Amino acid sequence: MEMVLDYLSAALLLLGSFFVVVGGIGVLRMPDVFTRMHAAGLTDTMGSFFILTGLMLQTGFDGVTLRLVMILGFLWFTSPVATHALAKAALHGKIEPVVHEDEGGD
Amino acid sequence: MSQRPVARVAGLCLLWYAMWLLMSGHYTRLLLSLGAATVVGVALLVTRMQLTDREGAPFHIVPRLVFYLPWLVVEVFKSNLAVARVILSPRLPIRPRVVDFHGHQKTDLGRFIYANSITLTPGTITVRLDAEGFRIHALTEEALDGTEEGEMDRRVCRLEGPS
Repeated sequence: MEMVLDYLSAALLLLGSFFVVVGGIGVLRMPDVFTRMHAAGLTDTMGSFFILTGLMLQTGFDGVTLRLVMILGFLWFTSPVATHALAKAALHGKIEPVVHEDEGGD
Repeated sequence: MSQRPVARVAGLCLLWYAMWLLMSGHYTRLLLSLGAATVVGVALLVTRMQLTDREGAPFHIVPRLVFYLPWLVVEVFKSNLAVARVILSPRLPIRPRVVDFHGHQKTDLGRFIYANSITLTPGTITVRLDAEGFRIHALTEEALDGTEEGEMDRRVCRLEGPS
């Protein structure tokens, strides 16, 4: 049982790390600030989700587990607010989003 | 202010004290009473600031939230995979666009939940939110007109419930 949990936890941690790395690659590849935020979103959402659930399996299912659940909740509630604030600040700073050519933009 | 402010404040106090107990992990008499005193102090403060209305303490949506959150996690997972595929494909097939649209939510709380849900799913970000509606930045067409947006609007409306 213990070993199954360890393997499951390792798999979740790897999966989380995968999303964090892909998010990082995305931040480097995307052309402007808005598209980069989408890439960073992978890190905040599935990256944090899988890494924290992987860590939960390493706890003895006690107060620490509950605290990890709360950390996950706080991250998921606050990160979209931070992203929205960043996007608003970028617009306020007169940064025009790059839009796809044949759509004509906004 | 709402119909039963006392019940709402009591609910908040219980929630805070549970959180305080969980976070502190020390159960001596001194610390327990310090925690209780802090909770009462904060309760007085938020009552004076008039933050304990339906928006500040939205207990009424909690039963429906139990059904909404798992659905949202699945949506977030699906759009993560879609965005990861875009990032890892050599041509970087993005078609960023900005669109305005209206949600059908009746309350500020509903609009807030909708805007945050949109931002939480990678591929779409709410860049502006006001009385006229939402302005969304989308990474690809699929991120935008995939079934999620209409579906999410309906589900957030249902979450708001009859007010």
